[in-house]
Amino acid sequence: MKMRIFVPRDAAAIAVGADEVATALEQVAAQRGLSIEIIRTGSRGLCWLEPMVEVATLKGRVAYGPVGPEDVASVFESMASNGSHPLQLGAADEIPWLKRQTRLTFARCGVIDPRSLDDYRTHGGYKGLARALSLGSDAILNEVTASGLRGRGGAGFPTGIKWKTVAQAKADRKFIVCNADEGDSGTFADRMIMEGDPFLVIEGMTTAGITVGATKGYIYIRSEYPHAVEAMNAAIAAAKRGGYLGDNIGGSSYSFDLEVRVGAGAYVCGEETSLLESLEGRRGLVRAKPPLPAHYGLFGKPTVINNVLSFAAIPFILAEGAKAYADFGMGRSRGTMPIQLAGNIRQGGLFETAFGVTLGELVDDIGGGTATGRPIRAVQVGGPLGAYFPRALFDTPFDYEAFAARDGLIGHGGIVVFDDSVDMRKQARFAMEFCAIESCGKCTPCRIGSTRGVETIEKIINGERVGENLALVEDLCNTMKFGSLCALGGFTPYPVLSALKHFREDFAPVPTTLQAAE
Amino acid sequence: MTAVYEPRYERWDETRGAEIIAEHSKQEGATLVILHALQAAFGYVPEAAVPMVAQALNLSRAEVHGVFTFYHDFRHKPAGRHVLKLCRAEACQAAGGDALAARAEAKLGVSLGSTTADDRVTLEPIYCLGLCATAPSAMFDGRLIGRLDERRIDALVAEAQR
Ligand SMILES: Cc1cc2nc3c(=O)[nH]c(=O)nc-3n(C[C@H](O)[C@H](O)[C@H](O)COP(=O)(O)O)c2cc1C
Ligand code: SF4
Ligand code: FES
Ligand code: FES
Repeated sequence: MKMRIFVPRDAAAIAVGADEVATALEQVAAQRGLSIEIIRTGSRGLCWLEPMVEVATLKGRVAYGPVGPEDVASVFESMASNGSHPLQLGAADEIPWLKRQTRLTFARCGVIDPRSLDDYRTHGGYKGLARALSLGSDAILNEVTASGLRGRGGAGFPTGIKWKTVAQAKADRKFIVCNADEGDSGTFADRMIMEGDPFLVIEGMTTAGITVGATKGYIYIRSEYPHAVEAMNAAIAAAKRGGYLGDNIGGSSYSFDLEVRVGAGAYVCGEETSLLESLEGRRGLVRAKPPLPAHYGLFGKPTVINNVLSFAAIPFILAEGAKAYADFGMGRSRGTMPIQLAGNIRQGGLFETAFGVTLGELVDDIGGGTATGRPIRAVQVGGPLGAYFPRALFDTPFDYEAFAARDGLIGHGGIVVFDDSVDMRKQARFAMEFCAIESCGKCTPCRIGSTRGVETIEKIINGERVGENLALVEDLCNTMKFGSLCALGGFTPYPVLSALKHFREDFAPVPTTLQAAE
Repeated sequence: MTAVYEPRYERWDETRGAEIIAEHSKQEGATLVILHALQAAFGYVPEAAVPMVAQALNLSRAEVHGVFTFYHDFRHKPAGRHVLKLCRAEACQAAGGDALAARAEAKLGVSLGSTTADDRVTLEPIYCLGLCATAPSAMFDGRLIGRLDERRIDALVAEAQR
């Protein structure tokens, strides 16, 4: 029998040598005169074990990792002979880090061939759309609303309400837009799902289309994600061939078409109105709201704009019912969140779990502490606009409201771990610098305030009139918070003020941590 | 053996430029699509192409110029033979990216955002490649590299200088 070997084609796996491993496996097999089939999957999200390679056995898939090109010969030998190997991880599905998760959105990611529509369907794909087609618009809206799904792009707005607004709007054309700009450092879930299970995103967007009466959708993917662009384009072409995009979707009377558009390196274009401007071919200047995109969106038409993960949650909700989703979670945060563990972390990757897990469990227990082995000192949650949390706040549960109550945000679910060598003055400075680089320029507090912020924090770093300048930074932050049009200028104060508040010792004329290290 | 440099891009040519513009100008909101296509062909967006894009899309020159300058991706002149982009965002900073960026700058003798005098290497910052769990990360001529360390940075710099 032909051996079936699974090697990820996820960008993070490729970046650490997955392509070389695939090539080496073919060579070794050829030398041994054995015929193998290599299936390029997405990633299971255990990034510290990438490249993680699996072989199909009678007892399910057995994993090995991290496999370097130099390990390939011995790993192949072990696969062929069912023998043991130091890199063998046992049955893939039984790996504790995977088993502890609740994978609703990422159930297929890393398992199936993302280029194969058949594989997607065999693994339960398009069941949600089939049910949606039988339900009709009103009943779909009820399901999405009852699931409690809130937008996964950061703001946490209820998806059902957004869809309903667009469904009720009267217009000759409506649009579905998928926000795949994923600019937050520490986040990669959108990328992983687009590369590992792209039909899921298509199914979610198609469902949105039939619900609100839109026949055209765009996926706006950042240019830093060439592999995701390729994966989505391939899946769109396959879905068209298979009758899942175009006219008479799945044999119904509905039509829906999709197109990928690529961003051009502007963080602010992740903000929904800036993204719409960019899609229309203009500079990504943020629009004043109202009007909301739901009323006046792309090309002035009613538009559903959602994050990749919001669309990707939809097929499960429709296939299994709203309750099956809403049964997970806490408070007003229902369902699961694909959490991304990143930075200086021993076991980084994608961990999908119900809301409510604490920050401490995530970084200490699941993440296993830092990669450097030094103590964790600060954790930034929610990207460049998110607050830095000290250990004292590690009991915060992963939940929109709990983080907001502590002057933070969960954003798109990215968690970046820093060890005790971090200089929080530098992190505060960077937050301001990033805002200055990426500001769309429309409002003064953001454009000018961030540049002034960089200068002032630099003075603090140089020990110039520290007390006075600290007060000035706090003042600037307040101006930005209340005088900015969008959350780039409005939320940049979060990382800055949290650094000042929780790590004040770093901002003393001579940082005490430096003294201690001396 | 002396390496022969194979240019990755076409030389700017007005007819070819017009062809590329025409190929995409029927799409709704085509400006970014066209600028990307021009840069993919020529390695940058030649100044001469801006009025051509404006005319094809029935926009003012100023509008197209505004779009062109707003986005960090679009180049006003050709880059060096190789482009090394180092991720400078938070997750890569946490994983030791600052020191590696400084090392690359020192080895190449240029700071991030500039090109070596011999036009061999353009060194640029990039803000997140979505490889934040295998940080620090880089992109070298479109190829992704994770788990950067001193050895890997040195190898990349050497490859770029060849
Ligand atoms: C500066 C800025 C950047 C943003 N970047 C993203 C992004 O990359 N991806 C995203 O989905 N939402 C991003 N958002 C949030 C969007 O504006 C918007 O809330 C989201 O696309 C709505 O989709 P959702 O309801 O599914 O979350 C950003 C917001 C701001 C202010
Ligand atoms: S806050 Fe900044 S990014 Fe947002 S609209 Fe104002 S200038 Fe633009
Ligand atoms: S990029 Fe728009 S103000 Fe700098
Ligand atoms: S922060 Fe460097 S890859 Fe995400």
